[in-house]
Amino acid sequence: MTALTFEKSSPIQGGVHMPQPHDSAAKQLSGQAVYICDMPDVTGQVHIHVAYSTQAHARVLKMDLSEVGTYPGVITVLTADDIPGENDVSPVIPGDPVFAKGLVEYAGQSLFAVVAESLVVARLAAKRAVIEYDPLEALIDVETALARDHYVLPSKTLRKGSAAQALESAPHRLQGSLVIGGQDHFYLEGQAAFAKPGEDQDVTIYSSTQHPSEVQHCCARVLGIPDHCVTVEVRRLGGGFGGKESQPALFAAIAALAAKKTGRAAKVVLDRDADMIMTGKRHDFRTHYDVGFDSKGVIQGIEMTLASRCGMSADLSGAINDRTVFHADNAYFLEHVTIHSHRCKTHTVSNTAFRGFGGPQGMMVIERVLEDIACYLGEDPLSIRRRNLYGQKDRNITPYGMAIEDNILDTLLDQLEQNADYQKRRKQVQAFNQESHVLKKGLALTPVKFGISFTTKHLNQAGALIHIYSDGSIMLNHGGIEMGQGLYIKVAQVVAETLQVDIDRIKITAASTAKVPNTSATAASSGSDLNGKAAEVAAQKLKKRLQAFAAEHYDVAIETVCFTPNQVCIGSRVIPFDDLVKQAYLSRVSLSATGFYRTPEINFDADTQQGRPFYYFAYGAAVSEVLVDTLTGEYQVSRVDILHDCGESLNPAMDKGQIEGGFIQGMGWLTTEELVFDSSGQLKTHAPSTYKIPTCADRPAVMNINIVDNNPNRVETVYRSKAVGEPPLMLAISVFHALSDAVASLGDDRQRPTLNAPATPEAVLMACEAMRREVGG
Amino acid sequence: MAVDSQTIRFFLGEELQEVHDLDTNTTVLNYLRLLAGRRGAKEGCAEGDCGACTVVVGRPVSDQVEYRAVNACIQLLPTLDGCQLLTVEDIRSSTGELHPVQQALLNRNGTQCGFCTPGIVMSLLALSQQMGPSSAYERRLALVGNLCRCTGYGPILDAAEDIVDKVEDTPKQSWQTPAWNRLKHTTPLSLKVAEKQFFAPQSVQELIQLLDEFPGSTLLAGGTDIGLWVTKQQQELDTIIYLGNIAELQETTFGQEVLTIGATATYQSALPLITEHLPALGVLIERIGSVQIRNVGTIGGNIANGSPIGDMPPPLIALNATLYLQSSSGQRSMPLEDFFIEYGKQARRPGEFVEKIGIPSPPKHSLFNVYKVSKRFDQDISAVCGAFHVQLDARPDEGREPLIVSARICFGGMAGTPARARYVEQSLQGNRWNEVTIKKAQVLMDQDYAPITDMRASATYRLQVAKNLLRRFYLESYVGRGTARIDRQQVVSR
Repeated sequence: MTALTFEKSSPIQGGVHMPQPHDSAAKQLSGQAVYICDMPDVTGQVHIHVAYSTQAHARVLKMDLSEVGTYPGVITVLTADDIPGENDVSPVIPGDPVFAKGLVEYAGQSLFAVVAESLVVARLAAKRAVIEYDPLEALIDVETALARDHYVLPSKTLRKGSAAQALESAPHRLQGSLVIGGQDHFYLEGQAAFAKPGEDQDVTIYSSTQHPSEVQHCCARVLGIPDHCVTVEVRRLGGGFGGKESQPALFAAIAALAAKKTGRAAKVVLDRDADMIMTGKRHDFRTHYDVGFDSKGVIQGIEMTLASRCGMSADLSGAINDRTVFHADNAYFLEHVTIHSHRCKTHTVSNTAFRGFGGPQGMMVIERVLEDIACYLGEDPLSIRRRNLYGQKDRNITPYGMAIEDNILDTLLDQLEQNADYQKRRKQVQAFNQESHVLKKGLALTPVKFGISFTTKHLNQAGALIHIYSDGSIMLNHGGIEMGQGLYIKVAQVVAETLQVDIDRIKITAASTAKVPNTSATAASSGSDLNGKAAEVAAQKLKKRLQAFAAEHYDVAIETVCFTPNQVCIGSRVIPFDDLVKQAYLSRVSLSATGFYRTPEINFDADTQQGRPFYYFAYGAAVSEVLVDTLTGEYQVSRVDILHDCGESLNPAMDKGQIEGGFIQGMGWLTTEELVFDSSGQLKTHAPSTYKIPTCADRPAVMNINIVDNNPNRVETVYRSKAVGEPPLMLAISVFHALSDAVASLGDDRQRPTLNAPATPEAVLMACEAMRREVGG
Repeated sequence: MAVDSQTIRFFLGEELQEVHDLDTNTTVLNYLRLLAGRRGAKEGCAEGDCGACTVVVGRPVSDQVEYRAVNACIQLLPTLDGCQLLTVEDIRSSTGELHPVQQALLNRNGTQCGFCTPGIVMSLLALSQQMGPSSAYERRLALVGNLCRCTGYGPILDAAEDIVDKVEDTPKQSWQTPAWNRLKHTTPLSLKVAEKQFFAPQSVQELIQLLDEFPGSTLLAGGTDIGLWVTKQQQELDTIIYLGNIAELQETTFGQEVLTIGATATYQSALPLITEHLPALGVLIERIGSVQIRNVGTIGGNIANGSPIGDMPPPLIALNATLYLQSSSGQRSMPLEDFFIEYGKQARRPGEFVEKIGIPSPPKHSLFNVYKVSKRFDQDISAVCGAFHVQLDARPDEGREPLIVSARICFGGMAGTPARARYVEQSLQGNRWNEVTIKKAQVLMDQDYAPITDMRASATYRLQVAKNLLRRFYLESYVGRGTARIDRQQVVSR
């Protein structure tokens, strides 16, 4: 071996904190990245069409499928009677049948599935079904459900201090309400699953899911077989956003049932309309508040009521509404607070996880409260917001009793206010509005504080598996799902950094329940925190083994063995990483390791609703400026400035993508994305022709996005980074308040605008007209 | 060897495809994904809205090739006869290097989940093939038909900007020189597969004969509506007559103070002449569908399908356009507004087809404008589309308040058909062009219209907007009285 010098070698390719591109980018750009709908057909493969209820609430009197079954090309028809195990795919509390039996509880509920030689045949055959319903009264909206005390889960109330007393004694008091709309995920790839029957009772399922373990467990339950018979594999999703957390189990179970019954591989791919009609969405809320404050606008006491449309089953609504409550403070200290949370049962699709998981709705309420206080006092809302921010050492206990120890908002807001030239632009907006009668500008700065961890404690765990092959190449596997966010590349960067090898040596492989078991959903922004740590643990194990081996083999002290880029220093020697691996293999050292991680320090008592549900918080803030046409309510977001906290970002390129993408998605939620159910419970907006997510032309012409510098996470996360999946979505609340600000300019100083979300042009115009009526214009 | 007229011939990338015995209702996307084994283009909506299926279609136009982005999901395969079809699989170099468009997207981190990506690549390829340097506004227009749920679009727009001056340096690629003569037919395409037929006549004469023979057939132009009958309603279209190969129906001309638009002129092809003569109508057209839709969608089709929310009828009715219909019994014409009888019912007789639309130039001292209001600014269906055409006796900014000689106001989205605001028109006529007149007229919208509430807008909003649009029209007639609407070109390019 040549003696090598200790020259400082160049750093590895693709270590942490580097803007490494997405691992699949080149494949995606040339059409080579395979999604489930693209997987090559296999011999004998069958296609599935799932037929659903047209009624929101009804008894199913008759389901005559005889003509469906005999339609040429149909192989079989699946109903509840074909289920060997349990007819349920719910994530937490039973209530989500695979196929409705006797009773349907939403228009869109799965009734039966046609298994045919082609999708065209399956669709046409399904039209031959004769279904007779006996309609029952359908409760469609929150108000109706509230009036009937119709809930999927018991209501909860969180109390800190004495809100009632504080409200009584406060110098000023306001009441208000806010309607917050839901949101369809509109991932570009619809729900899909592909099941292949195997030996014994086995079945392998390729599912477009954020939660392969849950799909595995649900399918095993439906099939009545042990979990070990079911393998679920996921390479990538065409978008998830929470919509593929609990929702994919239904379609995977149907594919598995079809594969089992026919003995053939079976694929189900939902078209857009079916996807939007059949699957859950972000919860819409009806909210009300009563706030007391002093002459400086500092909140003395507040009572909030947050009622959500959960749909026909509990799904994840418990945890989602909990998170709404946990984020009803956003960044503000509430000393005396009472929050009532109602989880309404309606005869609509069961609402589910969506980026932010209930948090955004909670924040919307408190941000409206602060806007209203500012309007009432005739002050700039930013001043009111800043006076109410959590303190550093005092005024830092949340309504659920957690001390906030990592608050960076004071300096973050200072910096953003300056970068965005907020004060100067505030004056410019005022001047513009004085001159301009039809067009009005609006400006708003809103902060975000978002709690990171699953509030369900046991979910905060993850596993990883790393093999080093004898040629020195590395296979990486973990329970996280790549849905576009760049998780796979980030975790690979962690492994590259830990082992000090170039990233192209690492093969990133599809998540599989056969490789890493009992995983949690890639959700709650936790993907890189959990899986990155688990992979780091596995890599550390291998590194230690190699270190120990090197020390023994070369007879040096273990402390003298260290990993440098693609090499290992062993005492006075330096040898390539590959060589050490080869030697370790020949010396019978295990080169495979699992890594396991569980988030420390978190603890929450569900009964007292006190504790530390979050390991840490992620922060950010945004300034948005809008231009509103007050004759039609149309608008354009003209400029956005964002400053966001990623800790020490694992990958600034991917994180910036999350910030910008999350912001635009949040902007869509609060502006043009409107879900319309008619009075009979039919969803009228179930395709892009009627459901309008932002286009590239809606992107603000100026978007300045910055990540907070020199800002390591104060708790020990993977390379001191922070989660970034969800928090940026809530930066878009600034757009909503900028619109509201523009509307407010039509009125007297003290007149509060009554804008609800989504602020469609219609909502904006109606708020403008209301404003004009108030001032008698 | 199959009979010439029964073979669909086109280039798929460089390769000549000769397709026989294919269900004539097969979409280009299903052909690619299920039969040609190309799964780069994705189905995201099957209604021509999300753009995940975007492919590029090349057509020889005089001595050049015109490459245009289209939605493969709603285009029927037989309409590609004589064309070149490019998909994302075609554009890497023979040595496997990414095309500059792909490389730019990679450099800018323009992909996340990647499902919309092939469509975006193809939209950018089309943009790079057909324009010189593009403005920020034009790049946005070119990508409005490609929905992305992950990126927030910034990296994609940056990539689009990066390629502005790079594509010309790209070495000529093998797909750029297809042997067009190999696609020629000796007789027009005439397919019969099982019970379904597809005809692609090349002249009006042939069309008339076919219509006589098959009076119940479906007339297909751009297919941006009919494609959805196939994909969304699983309709089986037995006899299709495709109008896209009849050159006579595609022309847009201006002469003797009349702008004449052939029935199958696409929005995109008619746009330059329309913008020259009726700039406000050009502005409207840029908001109809997306580039992919405007590349195939026809103005004649927008009229013939009789939708109450089509965007072309209101301005054309306000402009007093004439509709020309033809059949074996000859040509007839009617004022366009008479074509729309009631919801779902038009004046087209069996065997008849729309030949052209004639738009007279607005007389002197005329004001014309059209406003589309929708939930989302681009690529959305109108909640309300209002067109205003007022003739005054003098220019509004010449000192005195002019008199209103005549007024034609037509709205879409306010009734079962595009409908005139007769009470408002009457109230305007003969009065001074001023605030008082406008205020009096505005409230009469309540008498003219009883719109419905649906998922696009409430009846209240529709009425309010209709009133406010009249006001906007008035305000905009006075230059320098403050801007009355958002100028997006200005917003984007600041």
